[in-house]
Amino acid sequence: MMPEQSRFSKTLFYIAEQAYFLKSFFRNAFKKGFEWEELFRQSYIIGYKSIGIVTLTGFILGIVLTLQSLPTLKEFGAVSYIPSMVSVSIIREIGPVIIALICAGKIASSIGAELGSMNVTEQIEAMEVSGANPVQYLVVTRILACTVMVPLLTIFADAMALIGGFIASKLSVGISMQLYFSKGLTILEYSDVLPAVIKTIFFGFTIGFVGCYKGFTANSGTASVGLAANSAVVNSSILIIIIDAIVVQISNSLFYS
Amino acid sequence: MEKVIEIQGLKKSFGKAAILTDMCLTVNRGENMVVLGKSGTGKSVTIKCIAGLLTPDEGSLKVFGKEVKEMDEDELKAMRHRIGFLFQGAALYDSMTVRENLAFPLKRVLKLKDKQEIESRSMEVLEAVGLADAIDKMPADLSGGMRKRMGLARTLVLKPEIILYDEPTTGLDTITSKEISHLILEMQERYQASAVIITHDMNCAKITGDRVMVMNGGRCEAEGTYEELENSNDPFIQSFFK
Ligand SMILES: Nc1ncnc2c1ncn2[C@@H]1O[C@H](COP(=O)(O)OP(=O)(O)OP(=O)(O)O)[C@@H](O)[C@H]1O
Ligand SMILES: [Mg+2]
Repeated sequence: MMPEQSRFSKTLFYIAEQAYFLKSFFRNAFKKGFEWEELFRQSYIIGYKSIGIVTLTGFILGIVLTLQSLPTLKEFGAVSYIPSMVSVSIIREIGPVIIALICAGKIASSIGAELGSMNVTEQIEAMEVSGANPVQYLVVTRILACTVMVPLLTIFADAMALIGGFIASKLSVGISMQLYFSKGLTILEYSDVLPAVIKTIFFGFTIGFVGCYKGFTANSGTASVGLAANSAVVNSSILIIIIDAIVVQISNSLFYS
Repeated sequence: MEKVIEIQGLKKSFGKAAILTDMCLTVNRGENMVVLGKSGTGKSVTIKCIAGLLTPDEGSLKVFGKEVKEMDEDELKAMRHRIGFLFQGAALYDSMTVRENLAFPLKRVLKLKDKQEIESRSMEVLEAVGLADAIDKMPADLSGGMRKRMGLARTLVLKPEIILYDEPTTGLDTITSKEISHLILEMQERYQASAVIITHDMNCAKITGDRVMVMNGGRCEAEGTYEELENSNDPFIQSFFK
């Protein structure tokens, strides 16, 4: 498919190919015959597959963050800041990024492998040649499912982290539940929550997009299925970090300058 | 006689490898065209070009009298409604049961909504390929021969006017191979379907082929009826028949 050429032209080729893939996603997303049933099925699968690990991660994150910061805060006599510190750092930064990276490992890889093996065994071509629309059926549904589910999973994980943080604080300094949550939640402002939610939407989209792109462009041979899954994880993780940096820059200049 | 497929001077390369060099092929309505050729000469590539899955570099390729590379998206879709493709590896959707595999194109391509009708059309093709009791199985639970027949059923469920068979009998025992060959004949008789049949199986070629073509090095080497080619003096062509 790809002519043997220099690194530079290869890079250009990849960029063009991804831009084309993105375009075909948007074109097919608004076509009639939207696959609602498949969208719900994919959303369910993504949520179901990831809820366990996301719960566990969020919970432990809250505990660890609390236990880590307690000694320092104690030193400055600022133990009462624990709830606000945990909630702001989880909701603004740690929650979205960690959960997105976990979803990259869990979801992007499975999409990459699934579509990759469908590609290698000519199932995607079979759909196309029967006159059905594989992009609409396979790609649009998966990308949208990720775009919706990753933010929901992140919100859920944030809640788990607050609960974890509460339990750790309760056990170590004996704070009451009411005080913990009122302090933890009242500190939050739009400028904390909004950029966080927006960025998780981008993270979700990225995970779905990279998984589908890698699967669809896997070339023949069973080894390429593993490769598709692997590079889906690596590429979406890198993109998540990059998007995070960009969103931080933008929201800083919007809200704090 | 109406030509449903007309290929002239078709060229296709992948990177530096020239696969099709000067391919020519015509298929008349209602005719079974058998394509023989060594592994890797570009037989699968040819029929993928016909179905618009690959875009040729040069040459003319007409299906139902229309140049494929000039078709817009809707025309291509309309053409694909009328074409069936049996993939070399069957290409069953392995996340779906046999029933769902058949319902998939019926719902999406023919826009059938009525469960009863989907069911009856699915059963019709499954009975034709002798797989009626496997309807609720997953593709992974089918044997190699069953998968081939299942792939055939999914190809036939849309009642295509042209069927492109990519090695329909490879890897099957002689009895099943014969059954499939007769099934191909039956499709031709029952639905007046035209077909391109790629095969290495000389029995299948003999049973199904109205005309036979031998491909070599990405082009047509010889063409004629089975008997004509069988009696050819060319040692290369002879080698297929021994
Ligand atoms: N999508 C593709 N990208 C790159 N090379 C390809 C592609 N499809 C086919 N080829 C190459 O084209 C050549 C011909 O392939 P093709 O599948 O047409 O062979 P064939 O005649 O069908 O052989 P067989 O009888 O083994 O199926 C092979 O060398 C293959 O590597
Ligand atoms: Mg082949």
